[in-house]
Amino acid sequence: MKVNTMAELMMNGETPDILFWVGCAGSFDQRAQKITKAFATILDKVGYKFAILGKEEACTGDPARRAGNEFLFQMMAYQNIQVLNGYGIKKIVTTCPHCFNTLKNEYPELGGNYEVIHHTTLLQQLIDEGKIKMKEGGSFKGKKISYHDSCYLGRANNIYEAPRKVLEVLDAELVEMKRCRKNGLCCGAGGAQMFKEDEPGNKRINIERTDEALDTGASIIAAACPFCNTMMSDGVKNREKENEVAVFDIAEMIAESMV
Amino acid sequence: MHYLPQIVFVLLTGVAVWLFSKKAGEIRRNILLGKDEDLSDNPAIRWRNLVLLALGQKKMFNNPLVAVMHLIIYAGFIIINIEVLEIVLDGLLGTHRLFAPYLGGLYNFLINSFEILAVGVLVVCIIFLVRRNILKLKRFLSKDLNGWPRSDANYILITEIFLMGLFLKMNAMDQALQARGTEHYYITGHFVISSLLSPFFESFPTHFLIGFERTAWWLHIAGIFAFLNYLPYSKHLHILLAFPNSYYARLAVPGKMKNMPAVQNEVLYAMQPELAPADATPPARFGAKDVFDLSWKNLLDAYSCTECGRCSTACPANSTGKLLSPRKIMMATRDRLEEVGKNINTNKEFKDDGKSLLHDYISVEELRACTTCNACVEECPVSISPLEIIVELRRSLIMEESNAPQEWNGTFSNIENNFAPWKFSPDDRDAWVRQ
Repeated sequence: MKVNTMAELMMNGETPDILFWVGCAGSFDQRAQKITKAFATILDKVGYKFAILGKEEACTGDPARRAGNEFLFQMMAYQNIQVLNGYGIKKIVTTCPHCFNTLKNEYPELGGNYEVIHHTTLLQQLIDEGKIKMKEGGSFKGKKISYHDSCYLGRANNIYEAPRKVLEVLDAELVEMKRCRKNGLCCGAGGAQMFKEDEPGNKRINIERTDEALDTGASIIAAACPFCNTMMSDGVKNREKENEVAVFDIAEMIAESMV
Repeated sequence: MHYLPQIVFVLLTGVAVWLFSKKAGEIRRNILLGKDEDLSDNPAIRWRNLVLLALGQKKMFNNPLVAVMHLIIYAGFIIINIEVLEIVLDGLLGTHRLFAPYLGGLYNFLINSFEILAVGVLVVCIIFLVRRNILKLKRFLSKDLNGWPRSDANYILITEIFLMGLFLKMNAMDQALQARGTEHYYITGHFVISSLLSPFFESFPTHFLIGFERTAWWLHIAGIFAFLNYLPYSKHLHILLAFPNSYYARLAVPGKMKNMPAVQNEVLYAMQPELAPADATPPARFGAKDVFDLSWKNLLDAYSCTECGRCSTACPANSTGKLLSPRKIMMATRDRLEEVGKNINTNKEFKDDGKSLLHDYISVEELRACTTCNACVEECPVSISPLEIIVELRRSLIMEESNAPQEWNGTFSNIENNFAPWKFSPDDRDAWVRQ
């Protein structure tokens, strides 16, 4: 699979249908790279003409802004908007709900206006349009799957149905955790918590959430955010359940099950 | 002497209304100490929010049983207070049951509805007292409520029980007196609840009954005036402020953080100095250190909070034993604002007291625990955002005090230098393509 950068396409005088905003986790985190590749594979298979920014992409500034460092956020936003506007980007898809939220909701008033969609929404559209076709008897058939709502997709942006709709095509048994949708419990990574130790308390948030996921009896925890993925994977390891329970991004599951 | 009760009543009403208006004015002044923010757009959506959230109590119905009980108290209390109109007019004019002769059957229907509601309010208040004090509900046991806040909640419920009791007792005496044909006591006909009580008083001499009836009447109205003046000092103020607070609720998606145009411009002028106006002055303060630096809506939020604790129950940090409690954030903001208000009352203008919301009322450890997950915002039945206050205080911590945990400083410098929160080479950003 050839993944083009915007710079390469520009040189050839081409424009992509969509820009794939990979995000820092998707670019550097070994686990999240698999999600990135899975999603790129899907786009490639359905014949979507996409490009990445490559080395020109930079952190959206989300963790800096939420930690309170508005200067750093504004610097990152300025830089990214210059690049995006320079390429005349119209439409962006991203596998990270944090990037999604910042690009979609916070860049417009800074001069960055794009149509931004999260990869679960795009996957749902591709399924609805019949562009993604599933294998007969895919590997998730009949498995018990529990979807963990990402705060930045759910409460922050009111996206609850798309990820669930996508999971439905796997022909698996979907079970909800006690706290789901609007009441979904955070994985513990948001607000720049990912990048520091927990404050003193009696339990880690990711363990609390993992326990809830394990309570469903699901053998797969489905995530739609690379940070949730890390948090839940750590939780499963902490509970020594990594041999029985797997954590997957929805894109990985679709990539594996599609024709 | 004949006019004495009327004079006393006029004085009582005057004092009650004057005291309430004075305190209401102070609260308004305190809220307006916050930074200006225009929240008057989209009136149609705002009215809808007011009707659904405040009047319809939509979010309360996440727990239908509690919602119905809450609605009974609320509707009961508001509707029964229509009766206060008659009571006030009777008090001023020296009449008794002024409306009865004019309304006929409707009068009886109204009083009967009030009586049934009064019983409903009474019963639910008792259930709520049990819920708060006997059943072990985590959000009511929380240390957030230690001291005055816990008593405040109980005082309100007990007062409502008293007021409803007095209302029914007053009507019961009235029924007994009507049955005797006592002068002044207009024959209204049968009241559905109080007529069940009146047989207990039938053996009492008439002047006793009149004395009791008058006492209940005076205590009822005096109690209502006292309650009115208690409101502004209590968490119960939400029965009034839920309305403006729902109206002025932020309409943007919850994920969007408030922009800081001052910082945006600073960065813009640093990148493109040619755009910088000659007289560009940096803002005096970044983020919020004290209540003055918050938006007026954050301060209205603080006065609208009834300390129910749904936010803290939903908070991932709070429920895993961290110090952060969104409810406490709101209570601390109101406490600080009240303190500032008292300072202004005493000194005519705010005199620096060496204190601030940040540090003296809300600690760094609390702020650091927030995951910005919006669960508290989603939960609040009256559209309060503890999150907005948390992030404004975080902004002050970082940008004013450079107060960040060591790991965050590392994260910041990675973002700045490597364009990612981790220490990877930016050249490897697309390395996954080649692997």
